[in-house]
Amino acid sequence: MSASSLAASAVTIQRQRRPLPLRRAGSYVLLAVVSVLVAFPLLLALSYSFMSESEIATFPPPVLPLHPSLDNYEKVLAAIPIGRYLLNSFVVSSAVVIGQLITASLAAYAFSFLVFRGRQLLFFVFLSTLMIPWEATIIPNYMTVRSLGWLDTYQGLAVPFMATAFGTFLLRQAFLQIPREMWDAARIDGATTFRFLREVVIPLSRPALGTVAIYGFLSTYNQYFWPLLITNETLMRTTQVGIAQLRFEESLRWGLVMAGVIMVAVPTLALLVLGQRQLIRGLTAGAVKG
Amino acid sequence: MLPQPSQIFARAAARIFGSWVHVTDRVCTNVTVRCRDVMRWTARDLRSFAIGLAYLAPSLVLFAVFVFIPLGRTFYLSLFNTRVTGQISTFNGIDHYLDLITSATFRNGLVATALFALYTVPVGIALGLVLAVLLNQRLRGINVFRTMMSSTIAISAAVGALMWLLLFNPSLGLLNYVLSLVGIRGPEWLIQPAIAIIAVSITTVWITLGTNIIVLLAGLQGIPEEIYEAARLDGARGVRMFTRITVPMVSPSLFFLLVVDTVAVLQAFTQIHLLTRGGPVDATRTLVYSIYLDAFQNFQFGFASAESVVLFALVLILTLVQFRFVERLVHYQ
Repeated sequence: MSASSLAASAVTIQRQRRPLPLRRAGSYVLLAVVSVLVAFPLLLALSYSFMSESEIATFPPPVLPLHPSLDNYEKVLAAIPIGRYLLNSFVVSSAVVIGQLITASLAAYAFSFLVFRGRQLLFFVFLSTLMIPWEATIIPNYMTVRSLGWLDTYQGLAVPFMATAFGTFLLRQAFLQIPREMWDAARIDGATTFRFLREVVIPLSRPALGTVAIYGFLSTYNQYFWPLLITNETLMRTTQVGIAQLRFEESLRWGLVMAGVIMVAVPTLALLVLGQRQLIRGLTAGAVKG
Repeated sequence: MLPQPSQIFARAAARIFGSWVHVTDRVCTNVTVRCRDVMRWTARDLRSFAIGLAYLAPSLVLFAVFVFIPLGRTFYLSLFNTRVTGQISTFNGIDHYLDLITSATFRNGLVATALFALYTVPVGIALGLVLAVLLNQRLRGINVFRTMMSSTIAISAAVGALMWLLLFNPSLGLLNYVLSLVGIRGPEWLIQPAIAIIAVSITTVWITLGTNIIVLLAGLQGIPEEIYEAARLDGARGVRMFTRITVPMVSPSLFFLLVVDTVAVLQAFTQIHLLTRGGPVDATRTLVYSIYLDAFQNFQFGFASAESVVLFALVLILTLVQFRFVERLVHYQ
């Protein structure tokens, strides 16, 4: 490489690391505008949740509340048992998370540390469940849950989702990172198979367990079709189904709906902010590596 | 909305299945051990197998009860007429499938599903890529924008659909008001059949945008800086850099999203239920929505099971086709 092109590339690197102030300001403006546009439905819902029904009905449609009030939140709490919906969703989602962590870490352990015949075939059986859309099996599953007497119960909402091929795969990847020497050393020290899992593998794999937990929680909390089918009692509804009932009321009170929507969305948004790293790791596990 | 985990590891499955075949081959070609001997199980083999199975048992039992047996029962149910309660009454052979072929409603449903996928998947991926490129800058505070733009990942389909229901509202909604400001008379989004499917698609694009952005941003961040520098030295700029370097380099992520998003669209239920309930005049009655209506509103479980088999087959075929043909175009590092 000649001296002049070296100098040229040094200039490019320089320019790229430190964008010109004007260009940088332009980037910020563009990013801010686009971010607000993308998040607009969410921001608007937040804004409407503080407006009265009469203000929402004015023309042109308002964007920001003139007289912000918490009225809608009081009204929605009186109209539907939203606290109970949140409780139901938290119970079910937590149960699914705990169930998935147990079943997936046991299975991932077998797929990473234990050696036995048919292991690869069984792993393929696990992965093949990912190819079967839940909606295609929803009719027999509905019948199973009904015949077990699990309609309108927490177990009906949670148990079908307590095994996860996705989580097993993620945990297996993490377990494979643990040096094989630790396993050999533990065996020599006389540790049992299960004790090695409990005392070495699990503590070393906390980030991956976090990913599985967040992913499991979000996808269960946000479920709609299944809880819609198997719950009829108002008090057994989950947040998503409960909040959607407002849509089918005689007179749609938008301020109320948006207050409810915000209350339902806040836990997952908080989880996104807190667990962004874990979530991203989970989402990109299958995508980036070729 | 999070993507359904289905398909996420179809590629991994192919690889593992491949390696399984490979391992078997190697064992069988080992000159010191004859193939027949390898297949015989020793007491030690049995013991380690039993231990392995014990660790897998909780998952396997759940998969059997809630995935594999139900899949078999879906096939089985599709061959029978059922009572309103779901019990099997009379054997029907393949009549349900013949009915499907001749049913205009079902054909319309397939068209609606195809349109829905066509309107949603390419737009969602293209938009996601543009936004991901925008977010792939080294700037102070960029994480605030990244979180904001990917926020829809935490938004459920139900919440997203309710927000868009308000935006589409003909008198209260902001969408038509904004359109009127630029001189466009907005349509009645959820009332005109041809427009309703677009409205559902717009909502779906928004709901899946967060996932698309995160996946593509991760893909962009995996592109080595040297490649850009080399291209820059060769005089590449702007659009040319984007089409010649960025798109090929990020193609594994694009391909991944193509599979995941298409399958997610095939399974979409919530936004249709909340926005249009399959209407107007069945314009948004996609395959999944048909299953819901036929099974849980009309109580024709046998017929709906035949539709479920079609859904299963479609997902399977689409995945295989996409892997077979699209993957050839994909650049892997």
